[in-house]
Formats: sequence, C-alpha cells, structure tokens
Amino acid sequence: MSISDKVSGAAQAAIAKLVPLAPDSWIPGGVPDPLIGHQHGLIGTPVSRLDGPLKVQGSARFAAEVPLENMLYAALVFGTIPSGHIATLDTKAAEAAPGVVLVMTHRNAPTLNNPALFGSSPTAAGASDLPIMQDDRLHWNGQPIAILLAETQEQADHAKSLIVATYMPEPSTTSWAAAKAAGVQPGVFMGQKLLTEIGDAEAMLRAAPHKIDHVYRTPRHNHNAIEPHATTMVWNGDELILHDTTQMVTAEAATIADIFGIKAEQVRVISPYVGGGFGGKGLSEHQILAAAAARLMGRPVRVTLSREGVYRVVGGRTLTEQRVAIGARADGHFSALIHTGTVAMSAHNNLPEPFIMAARSGYGADSFRLSVETAAMNMVANIFMRAPGEAVGSFALESAVDELAVELGMDPIELRIRNEPDQDPTSGLPFSSRCVVKAWRSGAERFGWGRRSAAPGQRREGEWFIGMGCAAAAYPYNRMPGAAARITLTSDGAALVEVAAHEMGMGTATTTAIVAADRLGLSLDQIEVRYGDSSIPGAILGGGSQQTAAIGGAVIAAHRALVAELLKLAGNDSPLAGLSVDEVGSENGGLAKLQDPSRRDSYRAILERARRDSVTAAAKASLPLEAMHWSMHSYGAMFCEVRVNGVTGETRVSRFLGSFDCGRIINAKTAASQFRGGIVMGLGMALMEETQFDERTGRIMNPSLAEYHMPVHLDVPEIEVMWTDQPDPHTPMGARGVGEIGITGVGAAVANAVFNATGKRIRDLPITLDKVFFQDSGAARTDQNLQHRAMDARVAGDGDPSIRVQA
Amino acid sequence: MDGFYGVCLHFTINGQPVEVEVDTRTSLLDLLREQLQLFGTKKGCDQGACGACTVLVDGERINSCLALAVQYQNRAVVTIEGLGGQGSRHPLQEAFVAKDGFQCGYCTPGQICSALGMVDEVARGVPSRVTEDLAAEMMMLNHDEIRERMSGNLCRCGAYNGIVDAIRETFADGRAEHPKREVA
Amino acid sequence: MTPFRYEAACDTQGAVALGSVLGAKYLGGGTNLVDLMRETIERPDILVDVSGLAGEITEGDEGGLIIGAGVKNTALAADRRVRERFPLLAQAILSGASGQIRNMATVGGNIMQRTRCLYFFDDAVRCNKREPGTGCDAIDGFTRNHAILGASPACVATHPSDMCVALAALGAIVTVEGPDGVRALPIMDFHRSPGETPHIETNLQPGELITAVELPPLPAATKSVYRKVGDRASYAFALVSVAATMTLDGDRIKDVRIALGGVAHKPWRAVKAEATLRDGLATEEAFQAAASAALTEAKPLRDNGFKVELARRTLVAVLGQLAGAAQ
Repeated sequence: MSISDKVSGAAQAAIAKLVPLAPDSWIPGGVPDPLIGHQHGLIGTPVSRLDGPLKVQGSARFAAEVPLENMLYAALVFGTIPSGHIATLDTKAAEAAPGVVLVMTHRNAPTLNNPALFGSSPTAAGASDLPIMQDDRLHWNGQPIAILLAETQEQADHAKSLIVATYMPEPSTTSWAAAKAAGVQPGVFMGQKLLTEIGDAEAMLRAAPHKIDHVYRTPRHNHNAIEPHATTMVWNGDELILHDTTQMVTAEAATIADIFGIKAEQVRVISPYVGGGFGGKGLSEHQILAAAAARLMGRPVRVTLSREGVYRVVGGRTLTEQRVAIGARADGHFSALIHTGTVAMSAHNNLPEPFIMAARSGYGADSFRLSVETAAMNMVANIFMRAPGEAVGSFALESAVDELAVELGMDPIELRIRNEPDQDPTSGLPFSSRCVVKAWRSGAERFGWGRRSAAPGQRREGEWFIGMGCAAAAYPYNRMPGAAARITLTSDGAALVEVAAHEMGMGTATTTAIVAADRLGLSLDQIEVRYGDSSIPGAILGGGSQQTAAIGGAVIAAHRALVAELLKLAGNDSPLAGLSVDEVGSENGGLAKLQDPSRRDSYRAILERARRDSVTAAAKASLPLEAMHWSMHSYGAMFCEVRVNGVTGETRVSRFLGSFDCGRIINAKTAASQFRGGIVMGLGMALMEETQFDERTGRIMNPSLAEYHMPVHLDVPEIEVMWTDQPDPHTPMGARGVGEIGITGVGAAVANAVFNATGKRIRDLPITLDKVFFQDSGAARTDQNLQHRAMDARVAGDGDPSIRVQA
Repeated sequence: MDGFYGVCLHFTINGQPVEVEVDTRTSLLDLLREQLQLFGTKKGCDQGACGACTVLVDGERINSCLALAVQYQNRAVVTIEGLGGQGSRHPLQEAFVAKDGFQCGYCTPGQICSALGMVDEVARGVPSRVTEDLAAEMMMLNHDEIRERMSGNLCRCGAYNGIVDAIRETFADGRAEHPKREVA
Repeated sequence: MTPFRYEAACDTQGAVALGSVLGAKYLGGGTNLVDLMRETIERPDILVDVSGLAGEITEGDEGGLIIGAGVKNTALAADRRVRERFPLLAQAILSGASGQIRNMATVGGNIMQRTRCLYFFDDAVRCNKREPGTGCDAIDGFTRNHAILGASPACVATHPSDMCVALAALGAIVTVEGPDGVRALPIMDFHRSPGETPHIETNLQPGELITAVELPPLPAATKSVYRKVGDRASYAFALVSVAATMTLDGDRIKDVRIALGGVAHKPWRAVKAEATLRDGLATEEAFQAAASAALTEAKPLRDNGFKVELARRTLVAVLGQLAGAAQ
C-alpha cells in the first residue's frame, strides 16, 4: 500500500533527532522506549488514514468482492431445534433446482477434524470444538444442516428453501433458570479460574456500617458489524487460499489446516479489510463448510452469510447475572468488595464472560470475593465481543459504586478517589502507570460536573428530566506473544514493513507506518505497510486492544535485527565500523553513533557500497514479560448527561465525555475515533441492544438489523474525548490499548445519569422506556421467564414427537 | 432458461450506458456488485435496515438492496464510483478523510451517497421529522436535521460524529452541491 | 426468492387485468414486498409494477386532497398542501422508516405493508398468517411490539405503518379498482382485525388495486399532531403512536379525532375517547377520562403491559398539546 500524506516542515526538521533502539523487553529496572522521550515525528499528532482515499471511493476490496473465475455461490440451511438429531433430510428438490451443483450435508461431507478451541494452543481459532457436519447431531437452534452451491446467489438462495428436514428432538436446556438449576461450573478463562478471594468479604460486608447489595443483569448481544461474514476461496491442489474477513489470519490458517489434515503452510488467509470485527470476525462453521464443498466441486466458492446467517453461526456476547455487594466505612473506604455471578455458555466452548476483571484492580478494598460461574445452555457458542467481561462487568460494578455513593451521601467521584489503590489490590503488583485520578478531575471539570444536583429528579425542562452520571472505564493491557515483523530497506531509501496484522477500522497501517517511520528515521511517505496475510511471519491477533502494542514489540525486534544486518553490511570502511546495535541510533535515513552523531552512514550508502538492492530482517517480538511485573491497564472516566421524557420514559443522551489514561496516543485522529466508536457501542448496550433468545426453542428471534436496535445517527450526541497522554514506561512507544476501553463504563454512566434525572435505578440492560416508568426496577425479564414452560419437544398437533419443518 | 426469468435491461450507470441480462430476482445492488463488478456499493443486511447499499437514482437516494433491477431499468444510477472527477475526489469524500468519518469503511459509500441525496432533499425543501416549522419554505442543515435525515445509515464503528462533521464542513451555510455530477 | 415474471403496467385497467391472474401481486416501491419475497413468505408468480401509475396529488372537494396511490412517501410528506392542511400526515410519514425508504415507497404500498412480527417472519415457528390454523407462537413469546387492542387468540400482530394511523384520524377514503369496477372504502374498513382469519388482512377482493386515497377537508382552525414513541430516536417502528386532530370553539371541543398506532392489527380509531371529548371542555380531567375510555378494553400480553400506560400518557400529552396550540 502506498501512502500520501503531507509531513509538516517542523516534523521533517525534527526527524534529524537521533533515536536509540528500543530495549529488548520491559523488565523491572529496564529503560523505557526512547521514542517516548523524543517528541518528534508524527506520534501523537492527528494523521489521516492512509487507506482513507480508498475507503471513501469504495475501492477497498472486502472479502466478498474478490472475483474468481468459475466461482460458485453458497447458501446455508440452518436447523431449527436446539438439541437432537436430523430424522429425515430431503434434498432432492434442491439438487434438481436450476443452477445448483452441490448440496452437502452430513451424509456426503468429507471427513473433517474438529476445530481446536481458541486458547488451547497459540494458533487455535475455534469458537467451539464441535464436529462440523460429520453426523446428524444438532447442538443449537441454528446449526447448519446443509450447504448448497449454485451458479448464482439467487439460485442458491432459492434452492435452500426447497430443503425439507424433520427432527428427533432430545432434551435441551434453553431457559436460563433451567440452566442454573442444572448446576454451575467455575468459570475458567485462558487456563485460569475466575476466582479471587482475599480475606472474608462476606463477614466484612455484614459488619460494614454502610453497604449495598444488588443483582445486575445484561442480555445477549451481537456484534453486528455492517459487513456480514464472507469468504471467497479456492483450492489449488492441496493448497487453499481464503480471501476472508477476519481478526486472526494466522490462527485461522493453522486451525483450518488442522481441520483438513494438511499443513499450516498449505492454507493462506488474506484479509486486508475487515468491515467491522468487534471480536466477531474469526473462524466459524461457514468457512469450513464452504471449503469442504469447494474441495468436493473443484471450483472456487464464495460464501456470504445473510444477516440472519450471522446470528445463527456466529455467537455473540453471552448473558450475565451479576451480584455486586460493597461494604464501606463511614468515610467511604471499601471494607468488602464482592462481585460474583453466572454467565451462560454452550457446552463446547471455553469463553466465559470474565466480568470480574474491573473489580480485580479498580479499588483498594480490604477484602474481596470475585467469581464467575457458568451454566450450560443449548445455544450457538458465545464468543468475545468488544471488551469481554469489562463491558458488562463495569456496568454492574460502576452502578454499584454509584448506589453506594447515594447511600453514603457522597459524591461518586470522591468515593472512587478515596478508594484509589496504590498498587494492584488483588495481585499486589505495582502499577506500570496509572493516572486515573487525573483523568477523573480533568474530565469532571471539562464536563461541568459541579453543576450536577446531588439529589435526583431536581432538573426539569418541559417534559424532560435531566441528570448526569459518571463511571470508571478500564481495560487490561495484554500484549500477546507470537507477534513478528519483517522489514525490508530498499536502495531508494524506502522501507517495507510486513506484519500479519489486521485492519478493521483502527487504522493499523497508518499507526504502524507512523511508528516505523519514527524508529527508522524515515518520513511517513517512505514507509509502506503490508499486512493481513497469513503468509507473513508471526501471529498477531486483531483484538484484545493489543494489536498496536504487539506490532510495536515486533517492529522493535525487527528493527534491532535490521540494524545488526546493516552494521554487518556497512563493513570496516564505514564510520560505524566496530559499533554494536546498542551504540547506534536511527536518524534521517541512516544510522549514527549515539555518543558522536557525526559518525553516521545512510541506509542508501550502506546498501550501495555492499552492492545490494535491499536488505531484509525479520524477528519475533520479545515475550510480554511486562505484564508479569506490573499491573497494566488503560483507564478512563466516563461522564454522561441524559434527558428522560417524563411522559414516555424515552431516554436521550444529550452530552457525553470520555476522559482517558491510555499511555501515549500514537495517532490522535484514529484514537479519538476508536474512543468514540466504543462509546457509541456502549450507548447501544445501555439503551437498546438485546438479542432475543426464545427460551421455549433456544432460537434467536430478532436476527436482523431492523429488530436488533443499535444506535442511529440521531441517538448519538457530539462525544468529547480527552486523554492524559501520559506514556507508560513499560510498553512499546509508551502506548496501551484504545480499542475497547470506550465501551467500558458507558452502561453505568448512562444508568447513573438516568437515576440522577429520575430517581429510578435500573439494573437490567437495556434501559428501555418501559423500565424507566412502567415497571419495577431490576425487573426481571428473567423472573418472567421462570413462568415460561420450557418445552423439550415441539409437538405438531397430534403428539408426534418428530416434526416436519420447512427448513 | 429453466427456472428463472431473464430480462435484457438498459441503464445509465455513472454516466455510462449499460446493457445487461438479469434474473428478475436480481436486486440493483447485486447487479452492481456481481454483474458489473462495481463493489463500492455494499451489502450489509439485504433488508433495507442499514443503508450501506444506498445509491442515487436520478439524484434520489434509495436502498439498492430492495430495488429490483428490473424495476429500475432505463434509469440513471450514480454509485460511489461515480462521484468526483477524473483523478480527484468529491469534496465530501475529502471531508470524510479529513474528519475521519469512517473506520472500517464498509458503511462509508452508503453514507456518502446518502448524504448527497439528503442534501439535495434539503435544497428542494423536503422537511424531516425534526423540522420545527413544517410549513417553512427553506430547510436548515443543522445538527439535529443532519442526524435525523442520515438515520437510515447505520455505522457500527460509531463514526457518527466524524460523518456529521464531514457533512457540515462540506455543506456549511446551506451550500448544497447538486449530486447529479457528471462522471469524467 | 421464487422465480417470477415482471410486467410494468401502463394504466390502471391494464394493471388490473394482469393483477387479477392467480399468483400475481402488485409491486409498488418494493420496500416491503421484496423483503417478504426474499424471506419466501410471499411467492408471487407475476409481479405487476404499478409504481408508475397514479402519481399525482390533486385537489378534492372543498379543500380536501386526492392522493394517487403511486405517489412516493417523500413526495407526499413534502407537498405544500399536505404540510399546510394536513400536517399530521406529513409528520406521520416523516417519522417512519428512513429517507431512502420514503423515497421508494408508494402510498398504496404503505397501506398494504404487512406486520413485522418476529414470528411472522420466521418460518421455523407457528404463525396463523403464514399458515392458517397452525397456531401463534408470538402470544407466549416476545410481545413487546404486539397488540393490546383488538387482538385474538389467533394473532396479536400490529400494523406497522405510521401513515395509516394519520389516515385513520383523518377519515381517509381509499379508492380501489378491480375486475368488477371501482369502489371506495373508508380507511377504517380497509384493514381487518385478525379474528380467526389473520391471514386475511384487508377487505380487498382478489385483483383489486388501490388507485387513490382521498382526504376530506379538515374544518377551519383544526390543529393536528402525530406523536410517535419508539425504542430509539429514529428509524424504529412505533411502540405506541397517536394521530389526533382537534377543533376548538373557545374552550369547548367541537370535534376531535384520535387514532392509535402500534397497538392493534390495524390503525385504532379511538371512537369512545372521541365521544367523551366531543362538545366538552378541553381540560386535563377530560383528557384523562378520554384516555381511560380508549384503553378500557386493552388486553396486555406478557411483555407489552407498559403499552397501556404509555398509550394513556402519550394520548393525554397529545390532547394537551393540541388544546394548548389552539389558544
């Protein structure tokens, strides 16, 4: 990708400053990234996206837009019972339909290995480890039972309506109450139990003079990226190329290879543009089914999930039921912090919603009891969605803190600051960099928090009640292992940086180019970034708010390796002869001795003398040891003003401000958009989003963008964002993550604002108008479900347990 | 041909005459993407709920996913590929880049085409749900009006602030560039 | 989508001739029908495109209007005469759907649109509309968007149109033409309540085509308003909506028309409420009494009990707004 961006004259002059190479890794006693101390280059400035021109012209090619010769179009048919077997499957009419060349079911699907579960190895990408179309068993309502291939999409879509299936249902668990009653398991996340017990929190709670103790509930959510999942793929012999939309090119290639019993190098996943990910764009059944069908037919295949299809095969964020209890002294100090509860999971995945993360390091309580348990249901495997654990956990925790503030008669910001810990309260690790109090104070001032009435229901304008609320935001820094980068310097003085990373809107290529330019001492237009291809070495997940840090670590390592190569090539006649990597720095298109910058040699000169057109170096990032030595998070303070209509209960967000502490911000323009984007998703979670799972059948009933509400333009006010820009001394570039923190805390900020406006406390998301004025608070859609008769088998009229259904 | 009805249709697409044979079931969106390889217009839901498929037909914005191609024969269609001149972009496209009115870029062509159609509606005096004086002659392009009129275009990345800023900057003071631009 | 033949009608007679064939359906803007066809809920063999017919708005008697069925929603809402004489109709249209859909949708198509009930749309569950006699899985399911008035054990779906609620308050008359000629139906007699035959949604005879909607003139000094309440600020179906007109003589209500949306299988004309208000004083007590009268027969389902109170409050607020505006 080539770039064109104007570099200001000041920045160009500043490139002359000499930058030492970054340290190998961050350990106690080590030095910070020298880029932090050097205020030059473009880091921290607003830089327009390098792929901007392509995107606004509609020229960025997405996965369903790669044309391949002789391509077939796929359509999926989904089962309609939550558990049991396919009894009969009539595909004759579909096979005979015009244009149809293949109907693949469990009867003729090739043998496939089960996917390796995400987390079971560094490159495992499976959301579940269920067999894929290998038998007639059904595990969730919506599981694919057939894939058709036809010459056109219209023919494939029409033919799928001709498939007729009947089922033998088996007992299933589709109600939340039944799932809990059947028994809960301790939640395990990335091999660790989600359990923290320090002191006797229940006893401390009982003894506390002030306390709150409530249950908070969040429903299922779906990512709903505007681009539906889609893959265009082709087999060349035993090699498979997928043009996909994914956040994990390398892991996906490795896992698919495993499933087909071939080597990882035989699968190549290419994904330059992802039309929204949010945790949802990984490996699901559709890619595997389409690849199996493509292999049978020997022709390229495009599979594009319909919007309904996305809901059927791609899980979302699971539902939670959380108890938060806080015991406090009269001065507000927390003597006990209890955050426990249960989440729903399918039986075949390993991604419980880790909602206790915020409570683990947010407040310096004297005692803790934090735990997540899981209850199994027949549902599509739930997966991670933006800020897993943190998004829904912060709703509960930060609502509870606000409720305690009300109980104490204390300002909620003051209450939080009084419980600001000096070190991580549950791990005991020192914080790497934490300026939360500064974020609170500066945000409060900017927002006009002083104008808020502490007593609820005091401000009215016509039909509208007005209130303000606030909440803490937090997201862990978690640079993942496995990242690598490859840098090629060419004799024209340009550099190509290659990383197996992803672009789903965070501005990856731009940020990478900014950082690489600074490290290498080049200008932005001399850097080309290539990414989104599993054939590039290394594995970098486009998620967990750590891609920038992972790339940062990889570029540091590759830079080191490159400089070592250059010093070798420079030879004995170079002014740099005899120097080691740590004695030189990059500047202005070359290297120079740190202690004596007059001893310099340009990249061009080195290559020319060595009679080379280019030099390439690749390296793996150092292990992320920093997270073992320090407690590392991005932090923020969210401020919200709402207007609640006194007649209808409709809630409108009139103002919102996010005040962040996320380390050094690399690209001010794209970071601001990431913050705002997260906040918008948080507003949706707070006010309107809910996947409607019918507990009689385990079937999602609103699989569309019309019936699942996400915020529209008019729902979103001007969102102000600000940040401390305090660099973290123990991370690449001093940066922590910005991709997910925006959604954390928003739910509580809105709920707390609604309370301030109306005196009504809502503990059950989404905060729809019926909950504001027309129901008891904390109301239980869940309690009402208890009255539901969970039906184990759907009976058609005469008691026949097998069901004839037009699939 | 067995099992589908094919019709031969004429269109003007981005100023160029086009003749195609299509299945009557084909939407204008699928015609653009699958047969004409104009992938700039996007499919987000195929249901008219997201607006990513918005194109301009005789200057009016529509959801091309709900438009049967056969129903729109002989019409003039402008897609994202048809905006701007030779080697240059429409001022609104430049503003989207400057104001970061997108992130993943998937809803972006729909937002831009919709904005152009929307501004034309404002210029023609079409009111909106938030218009205070329904009977007014002139329509305003203020913050509420822009957001209400653009509410048919979803953005899951939440780039709404940047989109509104880009629209405001391009069409400030009610300057409404006519969307029927010639394609060079 | 099942294969179909497409025919563009040149005039009404031609359209009716084509549309009277078994398996034929009329195509307006396609914003609902194309979706239903893609879901395989509608499977016409022939589509008769009538969107090019009846595209004019002409003067009716004494200040009324005659709106051709082919007029697009945007054009109708933007028409100066509509904005000045029947503002609640413009407001109702503008509060529905999106700009793009309003540009495509015709008046006739808006009247004919079908429910968005989740259970109607999903052919894996039972729906008496899709398959008469099979049952209704909505009743014990997600009923947030479902009816509180006029429903039956066979069907609890609501009519999704905003425009039709305004037409109901205005006493609009729908002109249709069929193989047996032309007739007129008051809008309140156009849509049916579900009863035991929810699959029959209108009183149209086979082959009949909507050609026009006539708006009788409103008396002088009549105020009107359309208020819609939904789950997000825009682009959402109504949970409850109120279309109302009020003609005051001093502080006495000479005439009032009230229609409720989002509460029934058809736009709900609140005749009992109107009766309690007519010739009475425009007071808060009178408005409360009217709202109670409108909702005495409300039968909430599991999830939509809030609609009763929401409808009450919204109606009272609307009546208050109209009375205040008239002063």
